[in-house]
Amino acid sequence: MTNHKHLSMRGVRKNYRFFTLDDLTLELEPGQVMGFVGPNGAGKSTTLRLAIGLIAPDAGEIRVLGHDIPKNQAAAKRDVGFVSAEMRLFPHATLGWHMDFMKSIYPEWDGGYAATLVKRFNLRTEQNARSLSLGEHVKATLLLALARRPKLLILDEPTTGLDPVARHEVISEFMDVLRDESRSILFSSHNTVDVERISDTIAFIDRGRIVECSNKEDFLDRWRRIQVQLPPGTALPDLPNIVHRQIDGHFVTLTTNQFSEGLQALIGPHVTGIQRMNLEEIFVANVMHHREARGQ
Amino acid sequence: MYSGINISQTDARPMYLQILEQIRARVAAGDWPPGKELPSIRALAAALNVSVITIKRAYLDLESEGVIVTRHGKGSFVADVNGLAGELTEAKLDEHLNEAAALGRQLGLSEDELAARLRRAQRNLEKK
Repeated sequence: MTNHKHLSMRGVRKNYRFFTLDDLTLELEPGQVMGFVGPNGAGKSTTLRLAIGLIAPDAGEIRVLGHDIPKNQAAAKRDVGFVSAEMRLFPHATLGWHMDFMKSIYPEWDGGYAATLVKRFNLRTEQNARSLSLGEHVKATLLLALARRPKLLILDEPTTGLDPVARHEVISEFMDVLRDESRSILFSSHNTVDVERISDTIAFIDRGRIVECSNKEDFLDRWRRIQVQLPPGTALPDLPNIVHRQIDGHFVTLTTNQFSEGLQALIGPHVTGIQRMNLEEIFVANVMHHREARGQ
Repeated sequence: MYSGINISQTDARPMYLQILEQIRARVAAGDWPPGKELPSIRALAAALNVSVITIKRAYLDLESEGVIVTRHGKGSFVADVNGLAGELTEAKLDEHLNEAAALGRQLGLSEDELAARLRRAQRNLEKK
């Protein structure tokens, strides 16, 4: 079992009237966190729903913990925890009732861990779901998934609606899950700071397609902004791997997705500055570059 | 437990480098003495809320700098050329030499040819 990829998607397609998710290929290894980043409507939620078997693909192959999805989703779901912001608890039942309910369905339910999480998340078991604040509701749904100790956690925008303190609490729990190298997390987020911090692998998605999927350190290593001041009468030579150039008189700003000392040498002595880029900047530059390349 | 290590979002240096430099400083100051076992990669990742791959990168770089020594299945230790960590480094050298010898045989290299390759690698290191 441990040799299986926790998630693999190959050539997955899903057609809707106004939207197509196409050629989706992803792999998640045990012990890893994959952050899924994309603009609104890019297909993040659709992808996660395909992975958990809530919707069936029109083409392609999906495997979760070694099980074919959606065919064997019942077997896979025992070890998968899924949380999305759209999830609703029963409004007139208490958190304690929900915890008992999960316990009766899932034999792996860890009551001790659930009680710890209630304390850490500052929740009350006797409170009705209806009266929970947005942040408490998010933490309650995460608690119900975490305390099952699933092998794979699939989280759709898990930190949306949380204040900074709650976000910190929740992210600490995610990293705690990862102490066990047989567990993994796939999560989508608009918050690139969270993604940059805790992901091992990052997948960018835009308009129904994966723009790029790679090891995080790789991403951050390759991308650079290079500032150049050209003396009068000189021009830049032809340069490889430049995804964007902005020219303002003698001042040129280049964005590269494949920085190397060789590239710097090619530009010559007129480089005035080289900056690393954070994930948000890389994401925007990457998406714009791919939209241009595809003529959109 | 390792809350003394901080990661700043406004620091222009990448996260792995911030972690690496703070560990190096602790070793240099003697707070982390030779032979001290470092937290496991996953434990430090959980303590700092940082991805496993980032800690891995920091440890790999510290290892190639000779600040720490990592043995598979045993963990990472602050290096000490003469002490316990030194022994670990020696054992590690033997491991690598054994692998090199096996690869050399696979390629059909003679003893002299393999030794020449090693000397070339040493010269390359000096050039750097």
